[in-house]
Amino acid sequence: MLEIRNLHVEVEGKKIIRGVDLQIQAGEVHSIMGPNGSGKSTLAQVLAGREEYEVTDGQIIYNGEDLLEMSPEDRARQGIFMAFQYPVAIPGVSNTYFLKAALNAIRKERGLEEVDAADFLSLVREKMELLQISDSLINRPVNDGFSGGEKKRNEIFHMAVLEPQLAILDETDSGLDIDALKVVADGVNSLRNEERSFIVITHYQRLLDYVVPDYVHVLYDGQVVKSGDKSLALELEEQGYSGLGEETSTVSS
Amino acid sequence: MPTETEKIQEITSEEYKYGFYTDIETDSAPPGLNEDIIRLISNKKNEPEFMLEWRLKAYSHWLTMTEPAWHNVHYPPIDYDSIVYYSAPKTQEDGPKSLDEVDPELLETYNKLGIPLQEQKMLTGVAVDAVFDSVSVATTYKAKLSELGIIFGSFSDAVQEHPDLIQKYLGTVVPYTDNYFAALNSAVFTDGSFCYIPEGVRCPMELSTYFRINAMNTGQFERTLIIADKGSYVSYLEGCTAPMRDENQLHAAVVELVAHDDAQIKYSTIQNWYPGDEEGKGGIYNFVTKRGKCEGVNSKISWTQVETGSAITWKYPSCVLLGDNSIGEFYSVALTKMRQQADTGTKMIHIGKNTRSNVVSKGISAGHGQNTYRGMIKVFKGASNARNYTQCDSMLMGDQCGAHTFPYIEIENSTTQMEHEASTSKIGEDQIFYCQQRGLSPEDAVSMIVNGFCKEVFKELPMEFAVEAQKLLEINLEGSVG
Repeated sequence: MLEIRNLHVEVEGKKIIRGVDLQIQAGEVHSIMGPNGSGKSTLAQVLAGREEYEVTDGQIIYNGEDLLEMSPEDRARQGIFMAFQYPVAIPGVSNTYFLKAALNAIRKERGLEEVDAADFLSLVREKMELLQISDSLINRPVNDGFSGGEKKRNEIFHMAVLEPQLAILDETDSGLDIDALKVVADGVNSLRNEERSFIVITHYQRLLDYVVPDYVHVLYDGQVVKSGDKSLALELEEQGYSGLGEETSTVSS
Repeated sequence: MPTETEKIQEITSEEYKYGFYTDIETDSAPPGLNEDIIRLISNKKNEPEFMLEWRLKAYSHWLTMTEPAWHNVHYPPIDYDSIVYYSAPKTQEDGPKSLDEVDPELLETYNKLGIPLQEQKMLTGVAVDAVFDSVSVATTYKAKLSELGIIFGSFSDAVQEHPDLIQKYLGTVVPYTDNYFAALNSAVFTDGSFCYIPEGVRCPMELSTYFRINAMNTGQFERTLIIADKGSYVSYLEGCTAPMRDENQLHAAVVELVAHDDAQIKYSTIQNWYPGDEEGKGGIYNFVTKRGKCEGVNSKISWTQVETGSAITWKYPSCVLLGDNSIGEFYSVALTKMRQQADTGTKMIHIGKNTRSNVVSKGISAGHGQNTYRGMIKVFKGASNARNYTQCDSMLMGDQCGAHTFPYIEIENSTTQMEHEASTSKIGEDQIFYCQQRGLSPEDAVSMIVNGFCKEVFKELPMEFAVEAQKLLEINLEGSVG
């Protein structure tokens, strides 16, 4: 479903990603781990279509199409969703109004009819129940005055309503206490199915106790230095990211 | 064979006809202003003596004044001698014969706003059939209003039919000595609206929704007077979302509101005059004086405005809170783009006890637009327990525009409670990207973000007007980002 080939990315002239290859099939959960500054979030932003990130080489193919040619909104309409590390507030715009507009933009692209208020409300109720989200979250303006935990839960709620094909979670676990982490993880797990793929970007292994990945990739200094199954995450937990630099040189030599 | 008498009659009537025609031809004053012009205006309008006297006093006062320069707007000097202060109302024969003759760009905007075809014709001056929906609707409502004792019509009609009310209230809120533009207006105004709501009557409809077409072409010096008698209520809508073109560059209107005991006036404006071209050429200069007097106890006046048009907007709808427990409110959205300049805000004058005022101002600047909030809160010595809350937010789009805030606070009573909050934000790339990532186009994202920003003001507008205002902002912001 998603194929990243030899991806090179620069931000303001600085090389951040230096040749990443990755293949993701439908229904798979891939976790990308790595220390700060290794390029994890950059990868997420590039997939979502952020302009400031300049792709200097490589390709990204999504469902047979050149993803890099698509605008951010087209990517979203084609089923790519990103849960932001730092969700942005939009004062005065209610969360439900925003989501309804988003859902209808996506449905329109797919040739589906717009949902009316009543259908949308029942969909929202269903997802709220699924994710154990309270009324107060959905009736407030988008992320405005939300606590860190509320923002992250709201991202998962957006994901549940928009039902993407590929969901990218950019450090959704950071800053969450254990209860909030469980809510987020349960949400993700309940949305896992054979068609939907996930890229779970995280700094720590602890989220992967709850969201068990099919593959784990370690990103270091803009390159994937190691790939494996979930046991790799545990290994990293024990050994830390130090020492990966040496491995990098071994890998590349 | 016609008799001699018949012949004479025929000839005289012909001559009369001719003479009358000549009269119409000269029914336009030469440019410039002097006492004779004012006498002509008053005479043409068949005004009672007190009106002429008042106009002349206003004129001689105006002559002693100088044009203000304290505002944060810049424009070439206005040549008051080149303005034609009286010209006969235009007949429909001068206008385009059909919509085909109208600027297609203008029509496209009308269509985007969802303005009905008949109304489009009225707005562009196309002659319309005698049977016209809105007109008949207007007639029906007018009958209903007069049943309730509500007087609502043109200022000129009111001068003829209710001179006592005019004489009693005219200039009591905005005296002709008030400011340069108000003095000029007082001397030369040609028409406007008048409204009187009798004691205890709640006006059952938003006034002017159904009349807005009829209220057009009132000229560049417009005067409105609204009086809400004891315990009455009225919601008045001014303006129209349709962009209106006008040959007169200078507009200097005056609006006076009077609320007696327990009365409430809600005055909503959407201003969308021609802003000029990209370089700011040809846009309207809008110098308006709007003030309401909460004369009675427990009275309330609310101003809500959405200002998107004009090259220059200069207006400060204000409330004089004279009656004890009276309330003044001001809710404003001002959008400046291209080369537009707005200097707008309010004055809340607390005189009575326990008076309260609430000010919410949202300024949006795009392109080379300059947006200034200027607001004054004045609390007099006797106004114990006065309260004011002011919130003043600015949003910038791009880096060529400007937002400015000039709050003036004068408090003479120590029991006053006053809060002032101000913020300036830039419409964020982050916000737009977040919306895009959820599937919204950048245009939809901007309109959503801006509408969210203005929400506190829009919710004060009557429903129908609020929807139009949102659409209007969307259209005005097209192409402002990206």
